[in-house]
Amino acid sequence: MKAAMNRKIKKAYPLPKLSSVAEQMPPSGIRLFFDLVLTMDDVISLGVGEPDFNTPWHISQYAIEKIETGFTTYTSNSGLMELREAITDNVRKTYGLSYDPVREILITVGVSEAYDLALRALINPGDEILVHEPCYVSYKPLISLAGGSPRVVSTRKENGFKVLPKDLASNCSRRSKAFVFNYPCNPTGVTYSKKELEALASVIREKNLFVISDEIYHHLSFDHPHISFPILDGFKERCLYLNGFSKGYAMTGWRIGFACGPSPLIALMTKIHQYTMLCASVMGQYAAIEALKNGSEDTVEMKNEYFRRRNYIVKKLNDIGLSCHVPGGAFYVFPEIPACFSSDLEFANQLLKEERVAVVPGSAFGRDCSRHIRISYAYSVDKLKAASERIERFIKRHQG
Amino acid sequence: MDEILKILEKDGRQTPEEIAAQLQLPVRQVAKKIAEYEKKKVIIRYKAVINDELVPQEGDARALIEVKVRPQKDKGFDGVAEKIYRFPEVVSCMLLSGTYDLLVEVTGNNIHSISNFVSQKLSQIENVQGTVTHFILKKYKENGDFFTVTSKDERLPVSA
Ligand SMILES: Cc1ncc(COP(=O)(O)O)c(C=O)c1O
Repeated sequence: MKAAMNRKIKKAYPLPKLSSVAEQMPPSGIRLFFDLVLTMDDVISLGVGEPDFNTPWHISQYAIEKIETGFTTYTSNSGLMELREAITDNVRKTYGLSYDPVREILITVGVSEAYDLALRALINPGDEILVHEPCYVSYKPLISLAGGSPRVVSTRKENGFKVLPKDLASNCSRRSKAFVFNYPCNPTGVTYSKKELEALASVIREKNLFVISDEIYHHLSFDHPHISFPILDGFKERCLYLNGFSKGYAMTGWRIGFACGPSPLIALMTKIHQYTMLCASVMGQYAAIEALKNGSEDTVEMKNEYFRRRNYIVKKLNDIGLSCHVPGGAFYVFPEIPACFSSDLEFANQLLKEERVAVVPGSAFGRDCSRHIRISYAYSVDKLKAASERIERFIKRHQG
Repeated sequence: MDEILKILEKDGRQTPEEIAAQLQLPVRQVAKKIAEYEKKKVIIRYKAVINDELVPQEGDARALIEVKVRPQKDKGFDGVAEKIYRFPEVVSCMLLSGTYDLLVEVTGNNIHSISNFVSQKLSQIENVQGTVTHFILKKYKENGDFFTVTSKDERLPVSA
């Protein structure tokens, strides 16, 4: 009887054919590598995309107090008013921009959600969205998922991985609707001067594009103050400004981000958000309020530490044969691999096997990036030193 | 504080080359600065921070002792303080504001040897008016370093 039942269970119902759109999405290059790293011991990983600092204690403490006093409910779909007001104040003080906390701001589950919502609210079938490469791994797949076609504007090492106005212009077609822009950039660390941004802005105006500006690393601009895209002339109306708490405040796990932009777009994003998320986590939102109100010193301290590490790792990598430019921000370097390696994948796999150092192959970030790797310096100088000694040994061995 | 000192205060093993790279300074300038600090005793010496919670030694007791002192005419508290901190049992000694004057950290083989030190030596010093001894039961954090929790890297080894 029991055996018969088991047999019945084994002949279980076969799943229906799953979404072909989802199935056709390429797996993240980071994911594949990650699975391999997890099987190994004693790995020094330079593959992490999040800060090594803990969330500043006063921020965690504030959220804990809120939980203890019973603030554990849903919030308004747009997010806590107090948080939206704090964002308005902060963006006004930092960039001189004024966004209406009622109609022009939405609190999201990280910049990740804000970006996804923006695409879903913008894209109609056939629309083309321009993205620069190399870029953050989520950009292209989510454009496709929202029914758009990503169109790549390649950036090159010779130009310090900056998007050139002429490349942006020559990649525009009549179907191009928006440009997704990220600076300081993951994975290259590129930042832009006001002049460079204005040159891009004039192409964007001319081609009548909208801009999604992902400025999640804005606290980490080392060589000049960060310039926000919507401050450029006419761009408060033409740009959706995305930012969040993950990187600058070391709050990745709290999952809070936000979008500021034209009210009709924010309203549509809020409508989708209300059905899919309801709201971002209330504890995270309270933590974010404390971060904005009392966390600016923490961000400066962390930035100073990243700055020193950047200087250290850039010098070290160039010394040992991984040539790279000096990234102006974020916490990544994107060096070129030596000629004796056939590809980024070979380099990363061999390095992991022989010396137990994990780096991310460049091709995870774009199709023309197979001669590069991403190295994160969200690690103590001690760790960076140990890792670069291993990498040096590895390169020497292969160069023979 | 000078950035060089800040770095060394956290990690005394960093070399002038490493520090120079981080601060974008010439190595020679950094090396010279460090030598000066050493000479002037700004940098007194380099040592390891040992978590004695993990190497519990037999015969290792510690206490914090509050000491009330009658200040002397010319020297204030300094004379008495010196008489106290010269004892090898004393590992730190500070003058404080508040209800007592000196806070003295003392080591000994056990509670008895510390008690003896307090009764036979410390409280016998002229102008020491009274003491309150607190034995240290457990150390959680000292000079910014955690002693009870190990700070493991909880991050996923590879992420976006
Ligand atoms: C450029 C960029 N945008 C967005 C994100 C996602 O951030 P969040 O944690 O706010 O979802 C990341 C995280 O790595 C990123 O690098």
